[in-house]
Amino acid sequence: MNMYPDNFRYTKEHEWVKVEGDTGTVGITDHAQKELGDIVYVDLPKPGATAEKGKVVGSVESVKAVSDIYSPVSGEVTAANDLLATAPEKLNQDPHGEAWLFKLKLSSPDEMKELMSAADYAAYAGAE
Amino acid sequence: MTQPAPLRTTPLNAIHRRMGAKMVDFGGWDMPVSYSGVIDEHSTVRQRVGLFDVSHMGEIEIRGPEAVRLVDYVSTNDASKLRIGQAHYSGLLYEHGGFVDDILVHKIADDHFFLCVNASNQDKDFEHIAAHNKFDCTVENAGPHYAQIAVQGPRAIDTLQKLTPVALAPIKYYWFADGTVSGVPARIARTGYTGEDGFEIYVAPGVHAQNEAPRIWDELLAAGEEFGIKPAGLGARNTLRLEAAMALYGHEIHASITPWEANLGWIVKLDKGDFVGRDALIKQKEQGITRKLIGFEMQGRGIGRDGYEVYVEGSNAGWVTSGGPAPTLNKNIGLCYLPVNQCEIGRVIHVMVRGQPVEAITVPSPFYKRAK
Repeated sequence: MNMYPDNFRYTKEHEWVKVEGDTGTVGITDHAQKELGDIVYVDLPKPGATAEKGKVVGSVESVKAVSDIYSPVSGEVTAANDLLATAPEKLNQDPHGEAWLFKLKLSSPDEMKELMSAADYAAYAGAE
Repeated sequence: MTQPAPLRTTPLNAIHRRMGAKMVDFGGWDMPVSYSGVIDEHSTVRQRVGLFDVSHMGEIEIRGPEAVRLVDYVSTNDASKLRIGQAHYSGLLYEHGGFVDDILVHKIADDHFFLCVNASNQDKDFEHIAAHNKFDCTVENAGPHYAQIAVQGPRAIDTLQKLTPVALAPIKYYWFADGTVSGVPARIARTGYTGEDGFEIYVAPGVHAQNEAPRIWDELLAAGEEFGIKPAGLGARNTLRLEAAMALYGHEIHASITPWEANLGWIVKLDKGDFVGRDALIKQKEQGITRKLIGFEMQGRGIGRDGYEVYVEGSNAGWVTSGGPAPTLNKNIGLCYLPVNQCEIGRVIHVMVRGQPVEAITVPSPFYKRAK
């Protein structure tokens, strides 16, 4: 049983993206939150910002360290998850659900093909 | 191609791995950074009791008729004032007054002093001390021979007392006793790096450390179970010491920082006679320092981290030495160096967090003090 949802696509930087229509929802994986430990601060892109695939759009901070968030795909940011401003610890509890990071309107949907499937990501994260 | 040197391990390495600790390369040592999570471990130490493997720390033994003269010559505090069974915090300085390391000095006997030094500095410290040894005594780099376990928190005394015939209550803060723990010869010091009551156990050198430290660790965990003991890693060790505003070598202190600047004038005894760095300290005291370590609390959203720049009135004025969340206080805190004329308590400063200035305010430290 794979804990990584099959309808998501994954990056080597341990982000996931779920596409519905032309909107992608982005988050970090369960593996990422475990590696980070207690998450205490999340810095997200603002709606209207342009996100470029592979570029830094924000950061997640644990007690110990800062980790950059890379946008898995390109597009215009349409929403940031306000929940994380007041409850960053949700990222440790529900990284694939309630604690998504931001949504964006995909400008190059073909980029999705370059990302990993759930099975490939599980193997990748497990091998790390 | 050269291979990187293998990581050094402590006698408890297999236990950390068995217990599922998250391990990191800490200055060349394979050490546990966390077990159940930094915040959980941190509050366990504040409220109950936590167990730390600090066997990576270095130990240096100075023995001989003039041992005290060497200790006093290479360190800033006055070792001649120590009684047998007493310890103090001190500094090893270069001639120019900057830190070689910060250390704990224990007086074992009139002709025997025992130093606990930072893991990554132990060889440097040993060479520094040996190079200044013009006295009738020997210096031994004994780090690899010792295992060290810290039991820290309000229930540390109850936990450790179950495993030792040594009466712990009469041991005062910064005193120690030699005895046994779990039947193994050990030095029990009422010291720590967490801001809580607790003990640091030095398991006697030789076969004992390698073979018996794992058993002592397991027996401490069992003894502390009724008090809610948990193993804690270097992550919690750092957040705990930061709340207590205890210096960390490489951050608050290093070769370019003097004790006056680091608020550590209290470990400098200028009137005890000559010591390495004394002339430079006297000179700096006469001239006055230009920068000073001060605490801050973040006001805006963002966390000031080690190395971030600090701005005062729009100008780059200093840098963060240590910063992060303070789990006990539920604030983001830090320590920074600022010009002496700009570091009064209550001053608004800005910490540059990834290119953005975030407001902070200077505050008194320590940030946390335990109720006595």
